[in-house]
Amino acid sequence: MKAISVKKILSRHETILFIILIALAIAGEILNPAFLSQANVFKTLKSSVEMGIFALAFLVLLILGGIDMSFPAIASASMYITIKLLLPIDGDIPLIVPFIMSMGLGALFGAINGVLIGFMGLPTLLVTLGTMSVIKGFLLVFVGKNWITQLPDVLIRFSRLNIFETTGGSGEVVGLHVSVLILAAVAIIVALMLRYTYFGRRIYAIGGNEVSARRDGIGCRSVKFVACVLSGLLAGLAGLIHCSLVRVANPFDILGTELNVIAAVVLGGASLVGGAGTVLGTLLGVLLINLVNNSLILMGIPSYWQDFMVGLIVILSTTITANKTSLKVLLKRNKACMEVR
Amino acid sequence: MSGKLKRIFSNEMARLLAITVVIFVLMTILRPSSFFSVSNITSMAFQMPEIGLLALAVTLSFITGGMDLSLVGIANLSAICAGLALSSMTQNAGSGLLVSLMIVLSIVISLAIGAVCGLLNGFLVSKLKVIPMLATLGTMQLFTGIAMIITKGSSVIGLPVQFSVFGQSSIAFIPVPMLIMIICAISVFYLLDKTKLGIELRLIGTNEKAAVFSGIAVNKAKMLSYMYGGVIAAVAGIIMMSRVNSAKADFGSSYTMQSILVAVLGGVSPSGGKGKVAGVVLAVCVLQFLSSGFNMLRVSQYAKELVWGLLLILLVSIMVLSERREST
Repeated sequence: MKAISVKKILSRHETILFIILIALAIAGEILNPAFLSQANVFKTLKSSVEMGIFALAFLVLLILGGIDMSFPAIASASMYITIKLLLPIDGDIPLIVPFIMSMGLGALFGAINGVLIGFMGLPTLLVTLGTMSVIKGFLLVFVGKNWITQLPDVLIRFSRLNIFETTGGSGEVVGLHVSVLILAAVAIIVALMLRYTYFGRRIYAIGGNEVSARRDGIGCRSVKFVACVLSGLLAGLAGLIHCSLVRVANPFDILGTELNVIAAVVLGGASLVGGAGTVLGTLLGVLLINLVNNSLILMGIPSYWQDFMVGLIVILSTTITANKTSLKVLLKRNKACMEVR
Repeated sequence: MSGKLKRIFSNEMARLLAITVVIFVLMTILRPSSFFSVSNITSMAFQMPEIGLLALAVTLSFITGGMDLSLVGIANLSAICAGLALSSMTQNAGSGLLVSLMIVLSIVISLAIGAVCGLLNGFLVSKLKVIPMLATLGTMQLFTGIAMIITKGSSVIGLPVQFSVFGQSSIAFIPVPMLIMIICAISVFYLLDKTKLGIELRLIGTNEKAAVFSGIAVNKAKMLSYMYGGVIAAVAGIIMMSRVNSAKADFGSSYTMQSILVAVLGGVSPSGGKGKVAGVVLAVCVLQFLSSGFNMLRVSQYAKELVWGLLLILLVSIMVLSERREST
């Protein structure tokens, strides 16, 4: 077995994130003892689910080297169409049905991106800016723009589904919602896929250097297409979970959340030009963003500071990741100079 | 002279001009009484400049192969600061010269803030080597956030009546915002086509490494281009504030996509190096004709957005595919 050097672990991005996370949690606990209470921890986890799945959807395309702006629109559309289709049936539908429907619709929308990005080779950012407004326009013009407050029974049942429940100090029921398990499952699947399958390794290869990947005989087009479909599928899943947790199908409220997700993924250490990024880092980034937002509220800082804080986090983390490699090269050169002397 | 004309209306420009004319004629045929009327043409001339100015700023960032998503944020932030300064200064001031002086001062404030915001973008992009799209995504959030913190989410009101000159009045039948846009368009044209900096920016966008090796101060040029972009965004902010007589942190969030759409429609390549101001101006006209025409045909706001999206995808595919054909 190879010995793992402590230094190597310490210099990993994930470790640094983890340390910041713990420091923040301790600071929060000191400032407000409710911070690490079971209820608040469960709530933070639950509120991280939607963003976590979005972040994974975004991560897959970011590793490929593209910035996806369309996932909130895909999520809204798949969720809303699913609810619209299910409402007239409203009987005893198995829980899996709405999920399959929403994920299927998401995959379908993702396939549109996939054709444009994969087969036609168009730049991801501009394509997804376009599909974002096409899908949003399609949803609001042809499907509907009203809130649906009366969700199908299945989803209401799902929203009450806790893994385990305890009674908190003041008598309220505290539970860990089952969607946390879904996030965990999705994260494990995506992580295994990225790490151990041919498909996953090809994604990294294309993101690292598309020309050399193609010369290695990788079918870039189909890999990109499948990645877009997968990303759309995850967006559909996240959309449905969101609507079930807030108990209203609102075609507007997911739109505009992309920035928080991008902030989380970038914070998680994914390279901005593709070819790098891990699931663990992304999840830690999501937790950190949620913790920051949550602690702002618990510390009594007005909510209009949130935009500012997220913007600051994005700028700082992009600056650090953009300069990490050059910093490393600089340090190495310095060290070499010292040794020569 | 004919050679010069040919150069001005090179293939792409001629195509765009044809599209513009076709859409204008089409809308006139569809709605003859309302579209081709003085009142509609005046109102289009009032609406066009905001998107037009933002698109000019987008063009500046596209030329170097960059991107600027923070322009609407800059416009709002600078407008809010200028508005707050103006409304507090003119609260108990009378009229006449003093107010005009204060208006000039507030405009200077807003342009300065635009320049500072643009410089921050430029600094992140050039010195710190952050990907332009992500740097400006972050600063967009940052500028909007600062505007939110300053105003606590409410809108800035109480501007003096004289301030509405920039958004609501006309000089010799030409709306003032239109005049401002024309001046800015000419300046950007001059900057890109007639100055050393403009040529440097094009070279950076075409091949940054070559630009470095040919001794161009790449960082300085990029910072300047983002700074000018910020100043133009601030001008757009002044016009917006003057038109609606107030300023708010989250005005015009749909402008970001539209301004990018206009730049791409105008033939400015997002991968850098290519783009003409004349194209951008024509593209603004196309978008405005379509937009006003849709309004008269009672097409909903969301359907418009659908069409914009389709248009963007179509244009990007045409552009990329033709670029690929050229290169092979």
